[in-house]
Amino acid sequence: MGKSSAGLASKSLAVYVKDLRLELRSRFGLNAVFMFGITTLAVVSFALGQASLSPKILGALFWIIIFFSAMSGLAQVFVREEEQQTALTLRLTADPDAVFLGKLCFNFSLLIIMAAVITPLFFVFTDAPTAGAINFLVILVVGMIDLGAATTLIAAIISKASVKGALFAVLAFPILLPMLIALTLSSEKILAGESLGEVSKLLQFLIAYAIVMITASILLFKYVWQE
Amino acid sequence: MNMWWKYLLFLGMSVIIWISFTTPAPQQEIGEASRIFYYHIPQAWICVIAFAMSAYYSIKYLRKRHALDDDLAADSARLGLLFCLLATITGAIFAKVTWGAFWNWDPRQTSIFILLLIYGAYFALRSAVEDEERRAALTAVYAIFAFITVPFLVFVLPRMVPSLHPTDSVINKNLKFTMGPEVRTIFFSSLTAFTVLYFWIFNILKKTNLIRRKLETGTI
Amino acid sequence: MKGRPFELAYSFHFGILTDVFTLKAVNIGKKFGERIVFSAINLNLNTGDSVAVTGPNGSGKTTLLKVLVKLLRPSSGEVQFQDDDRVLDDDSVRARISFVAPYLNLYDQLTGEENLKFFAAVRGGNITGKEVESLLAEVGLARRGLDLVSTYSTGMKQRLKYAVALSGHPQLLFLDEPMSGLDDSGQAVVASIINKLRAECIIILATNEKEEYAFGQKQCRLGQ
Repeated sequence: MGKSSAGLASKSLAVYVKDLRLELRSRFGLNAVFMFGITTLAVVSFALGQASLSPKILGALFWIIIFFSAMSGLAQVFVREEEQQTALTLRLTADPDAVFLGKLCFNFSLLIIMAAVITPLFFVFTDAPTAGAINFLVILVVGMIDLGAATTLIAAIISKASVKGALFAVLAFPILLPMLIALTLSSEKILAGESLGEVSKLLQFLIAYAIVMITASILLFKYVWQE
Repeated sequence: MNMWWKYLLFLGMSVIIWISFTTPAPQQEIGEASRIFYYHIPQAWICVIAFAMSAYYSIKYLRKRHALDDDLAADSARLGLLFCLLATITGAIFAKVTWGAFWNWDPRQTSIFILLLIYGAYFALRSAVEDEERRAALTAVYAIFAFITVPFLVFVLPRMVPSLHPTDSVINKNLKFTMGPEVRTIFFSSLTAFTVLYFWIFNILKKTNLIRRKLETGTI
Repeated sequence: MKGRPFELAYSFHFGILTDVFTLKAVNIGKKFGERIVFSAINLNLNTGDSVAVTGPNGSGKTTLLKVLVKLLRPSSGEVQFQDDDRVLDDDSVRARISFVAPYLNLYDQLTGEENLKFFAAVRGGNITGKEVESLLAEVGLARRGLDLVSTYSTGMKQRLKYAVALSGHPQLLFLDEPMSGLDDSGQAVVASIINKLRAECIIILATNEKEEYAFGQKQCRLGQ
C-alpha cells in the first residue's frame, strides 16, 4: 500500500491552499515583508538623493533588501502553526512530505509577490538602469527559488525552538551566503548591461544549489517535523 | 597504557615547529610569511574533517537515537570551531603580511568565514532548544543541511569569483606544482601531526562522553 | 459486499469494515530527561475495545495518548498497528486515527466548513457539501459552517473537533478530556458519537471525570 504521487500532489495542494487562505485573511507574513522592504527602500532612496549608483552597489543593495524582507516573513508559515497550536493537529493528520511541499510552495508564492512589488519600486527609487530587464527577471526568479529552497527547512527548525528571536536569520545566513554572493555578482553584471551568457556559470551554480537544497530539505524534513 | 605515540607526537610536532622556522621559506615569492602554510592549511583541513564528523554523528543520531551520538556531534563541532578560529586567524595574519589587509573577501576567506558562521549558528541553535531529544534532532538536521553546502563552498565558490583576488590562486598552484620535496615532507608531516592531534582529542572526548552517559543513564 | 442478505446486514450493522484493527503497545515507557513519566505499559486492543486512561493530574495520561498515536516517540518499547495481522506503516495509520484534545486545535481563521474540507483533503480523501452539512448537524453546528472558527465559543470549537474526527471514518478514536467546554447537549452529542463508533473503533480516552470512566470497558490507571 504505497503512496501515490497523485495523492501527494493533492495533499500538498490542500496544505498550500490552506496556508494561502490563512495568509490572505491575516496578512501577517505579507505585512512584515512589505513593511520591511518598502521602509528600507525609502531610507535608501532618501539617503541617495539624486546620486546615481554603480551597478555593483545597486546589485548588492537590491539583494540586501530582498534578503532582510524575506527573513521577516518566511518563518511565518511554520511559526504560526506552533503558536496557534495547530501544528500537532497537522502532524497527526497530514503526510509530512505534503506538509513540506505545500509550505515550500507557499514560501515561493510569498517571495514572488514580494519580488513583484519591491523590484519595480527599487528600480523607480534608485533610478537603476532597466536595459537588461528580462535578464534581471531571470536572475530574480532563480533567486526567489533559491531563497525559498534554502529557508523553508530552517523555518521548520526554528519553529520548534524555545527562543526564536533572531534565530531564523542566524541559521539561514550562512546557508544563504554563497547564494547571495552569486546573485549579487550576476545582478551586477546584468545591471551593467551584460547578457545572460556572461553569467551562465553563476546561473548554473544557483540552479544546482536550489535543486540540492530542495532535495536535502525534503529528506530531512521528517526528522524536524516528527518527534 | 600505550603512551608511546603521544610522546612521539609531542616530539614530532616540536621538531616540525622548529624546522618550519629554520628551513628556507616554502614559497620564495611570498617570502617568510609563507611559513604559515604549515599551520594554516592543516588547521583548515581539520576544520572540515571535524565538520564532516559532526555531520556523520548527526546522521547516526537520527537513525539510532543514541544520546551519545548527539554528544559526539556537538563535541566534533566544538573542536571544529576551535580549528576554524585558528585557521581564520592564521589566514588573516598571512593576508595582512602579504596583501596588506587582514580581510579582503577572497573566495577562501569567504569560505572559512561561512564555516565560522555555520558553527556559530549550530551552537546558537543548541542553546535555543531546551528539550534534550528535540535539541539533538534539530541540531543534527542543521548540521547535515549545512554540511551539504560545504562542497559548494570549497569547490564551486572559488571558481565562481575569479575577478575578486587573483593573487589567491597562487597558493593553489603553489601546492600542486612548485612544492619542493623538502617542503612537501614538512607539510605532510605537519598535516599528519595535526590530524593525529585532532583524533587524539576527539577520542578523549568520546571516552568521557561514553563514561558520562553510562553513569547517568546506564545506556548510551 | 458479497454474500447472503444476512451477512450484508451484518456488515452493514457493524460498519463498512469486517476486518480487525489492532493496536499493540509492547512495554512502552516514556521519560523526559531524567523524569520517568510511565514505564512498562502493555496494551493489546482490537476493534470494539475501549479503554479509559485515568490518574491524577500530571500522571502522564496525555503523554501516553500521544505515544500511542505516534505523536511522540516512546523512550522504550514499541507501538504497532495491525490490520488483520498485517503491520501498518505510519501513512496508512494516519488516515484511520481521529483525536480530539485541547491541544489539537483547528484553524481559527478558517470557517467550520473549510476546516472540514481541509482535513478531509489532507487525509487524502474527499468530502462533499452534503457530508459537511450532515456532520455539522450531527454535532449541533448546523448553521455555523460558514462562520470563522474564531467566532465560535469554546463549546462550539469542541463540537467542530468532533465533526472533524467523524469525517475521517476512524478506526481509532482518541479522546483527551472528551467533554471539556461542553454544555449538557454537547455532552449528549459526544456520548452518542462514542456509542455509535464503539463497535467499529478502538476507543481510548483520558479523563479526570469519574462519570466518563464508564466509556471504557477497561481502565488503565496511571501514577502508581
